[in-house]
Amino acid sequence: MTVATETTTGAVPPPSKEDVIVVNKMNKWYGNFHVLQDIDLSVRKGERIVICGPSGSGKSTLIRTMNRLETYQSGEIYVDGILLGDDVKNIEAVRREVCMVFQHFNLFPHMTVLENLTLAPIWVRKMPKKEANDLAMHYLERVRIAEQAHKYPGQLSGGQQQRVAIARSLCMQPKIMLFDEPTSALDPEMVKEVLDVMVELAKEGMTMLCVTHEMGFAKEVADRAIFMDAGQIVEMAGPQEFFDNPKSDRTKLFLSQILSH
Amino acid sequence: MSENAKLPPMPTGSFAERAVAWSKKNLFDGWFNTILTLGSIAFLLWLIPPIVEWAIVNATLSPTIEGCAEVTGACWGFVNANLRLILFGTYPFDEQWRPLLAMIVLMGIICGSLGAVKYPGLRKAIIPMWLIGVPVISILMWGGVFGLTYVQNSYWGGLPLTLILSSIGVIFAFPFGLLLALGRQSHMPAIKTVSVVYIEVIRGVPLITVLFMASVMFPLFLPDGVTIDKLLRAQIGIILFTAAYLAEVFRGGLQAVPRGQFEAGDSLALSYWQSMRLIILPQALRLVIPPTVNSFISMFKDTTLVVIIGLFDFLGTVKLALRSDPAWTKYYVEGYAFAAAIFFLICFSMAKYSAYLEKELRKGERR
Repeated sequence: MTVATETTTGAVPPPSKEDVIVVNKMNKWYGNFHVLQDIDLSVRKGERIVICGPSGSGKSTLIRTMNRLETYQSGEIYVDGILLGDDVKNIEAVRREVCMVFQHFNLFPHMTVLENLTLAPIWVRKMPKKEANDLAMHYLERVRIAEQAHKYPGQLSGGQQQRVAIARSLCMQPKIMLFDEPTSALDPEMVKEVLDVMVELAKEGMTMLCVTHEMGFAKEVADRAIFMDAGQIVEMAGPQEFFDNPKSDRTKLFLSQILSH
Repeated sequence: MSENAKLPPMPTGSFAERAVAWSKKNLFDGWFNTILTLGSIAFLLWLIPPIVEWAIVNATLSPTIEGCAEVTGACWGFVNANLRLILFGTYPFDEQWRPLLAMIVLMGIICGSLGAVKYPGLRKAIIPMWLIGVPVISILMWGGVFGLTYVQNSYWGGLPLTLILSSIGVIFAFPFGLLLALGRQSHMPAIKTVSVVYIEVIRGVPLITVLFMASVMFPLFLPDGVTIDKLLRAQIGIILFTAAYLAEVFRGGLQAVPRGQFEAGDSLALSYWQSMRLIILPQALRLVIPPTVNSFISMFKDTTLVVIIGLFDFLGTVKLALRSDPAWTKYYVEGYAFAAAIFFLICFSMAKYSAYLEKELRKGERR
C-alpha cells in the first residue's frame, strides 16, 4: 500500500500524485435538469485543457464545480489530493490552490487595482502588506499594466480589467487556474492582449482549464481539448486529433459552425 | 419674455446682464413658466411678511408673562424664561452644568467620528474616543463618584436625553440590523426563520406598542424584586425597533451587489466574514446611505414617543414647561416652534452629512 493521504474517507482510492484534478462519476442536477452527467476527467500537473461546447452544455458549470462555486450531487472531485465535498476546511484548502478568471472579470470596484491584487495575499496568505505590494507589482508588470496600479477598475478598458483579474489570481500563486470564457465579454480588439497573457502562462507550465471558443488558442497551447454537449463529455483528444479528425458527429458539427468564418 | 423686453435698459455691466439672461431663461421662459413665477412670488408675499411680523417684528424676548402680554407677536419670553427646564427637564437645577457638559462631549465624539471621512487620521481615534467618552458621559449624568451627587436617571430629560437615546440607538441598531439582514439571507434555515420572523413582527407593530410592552408588560414576566431600569427598557425598545427597519434597508443593499462579487471572494479563498467585510458590505452600505440616514432621522424623531412611558425627552420638557405655570400655557405655539426648530436643525444636519458622505465616497472611485 502507498502512504495514505489526508483524505481517506471515500471508498475510491486517493488519486495518484501526478493527477491534480480527478473527477469521478460526477453528476449534478438543477431540480430535474441533469446538467452534468457521469463526468470522468483526470488532469495532470502542468496540463492545459480547453473545454468547448454549445451554450448550456454544462462546460462552465463543470469548471465551477472544481472550486465549489457549484455543488454536485454524486461522485467525487479531488483537487490536489483533497476531496472537494461539503467539508468547509477542504473547500477553503482547495480554493487557496485554485483560482478562477471570470467572463465578467468580477474585479472589486471600490478598490484600486493594487488593492484588488493584494487583498487575498494579505487576508488569506497572511502576507505582510509590503511584501504583498511587491508581489502585486511583479504580476502587474507581467500582464503589462503596472502603470495602472493606482487606478480603479472602472477606469480601465475591458482587456485591461481582464488582465488585472488574471494578475489578481496569480497573486495567490495558485497551482491550478480555471478560465471561464475569459475573452467572450471583450471587444474584439482586446481579445489578443488577454490571450497573449494566457499563452505565456501556459508556456510557463501552469495547470490550466479553460472554457473558451478561441480555437487558435486551443491549437497553440492545449494538451487536450474537450467537447461537451448536453451535460456530457462527448469528445476528449489531443488538439491535432480533436480538430483534424473528430470522432463524434456532434463535435464535427460544432467545430464546423465555429470555424466556418 | 415680452415682459423683460419692455423693461428699461439695465445698467450695463456683466453681472446685471447675466442676471437678466438668467431670469429670462429660468423664470420667464414661456407663458406657463411666467405664470408659475408670478404665482410663486405672490404666494411668498402673502406668506412670509405675516410670519416675519409675528416671529420677529412684534415679538418679545422678555422673560415675563407681563412682558408677553404687551406684544401682539410671538412670546419668545416663554422659551427664554423656561430655557433650562426645556433643555434639561427635571435634572436638579444646580447640577445642570453636568448634562450640558455631557451633551458637548457627546457632540464632540459624534463630530469627531463623522469627520473621519474627511480626515483619515481621525479613523484610529474613533474607538478610543467612544471608549473614553461614554464613561465620561455616564459619570457626568449619573454622578455618585468624584464628589458628584448621584442623579437617578428618572430625572434625566430634555435635549441630552434625546441625544443619548438616539446616538446609543444608532450605535447598537446598526450592527444588530446588519446581523439581521445577513441572517435573513443565510442558507441556514433556523437563522433565516428567526431573522424573518423578528423583522416582520417588529415592523408590523408601532413603536409606541413596543415601548408600552417594554414598560408595562415586560416587568410582569420578571420575578419579584428584579427590575430593569425604565430608561434602559426604552433604549432597548428603540434599538430593537430601529434594527428591524435597518435590516430591510441593508438587505436591499446586499441584493444590489452583483453575484460575481460574492463568487470572486469565494474563488480567492476568502472566508464568509472576510468577503462580507472587505468586499460586499463596503459596496452594499454605500448604495444604501440615503435610506439608512432616512431611518436614523425617523428614529431620532421617534424618540419623542418615550414620553408615553414617563420619560421627558426634549419635546416632553417643552410640554412640561407649558404646564409649569397656567399663565404660560397659551404660548404653546412658541414652545412647539422652538422644539421644531431644534429638531429640524439636527435632522437637516444629518441629511446634509448623508449627501456629503455619498459625494465623498464616490470621489474615491472616480479619481
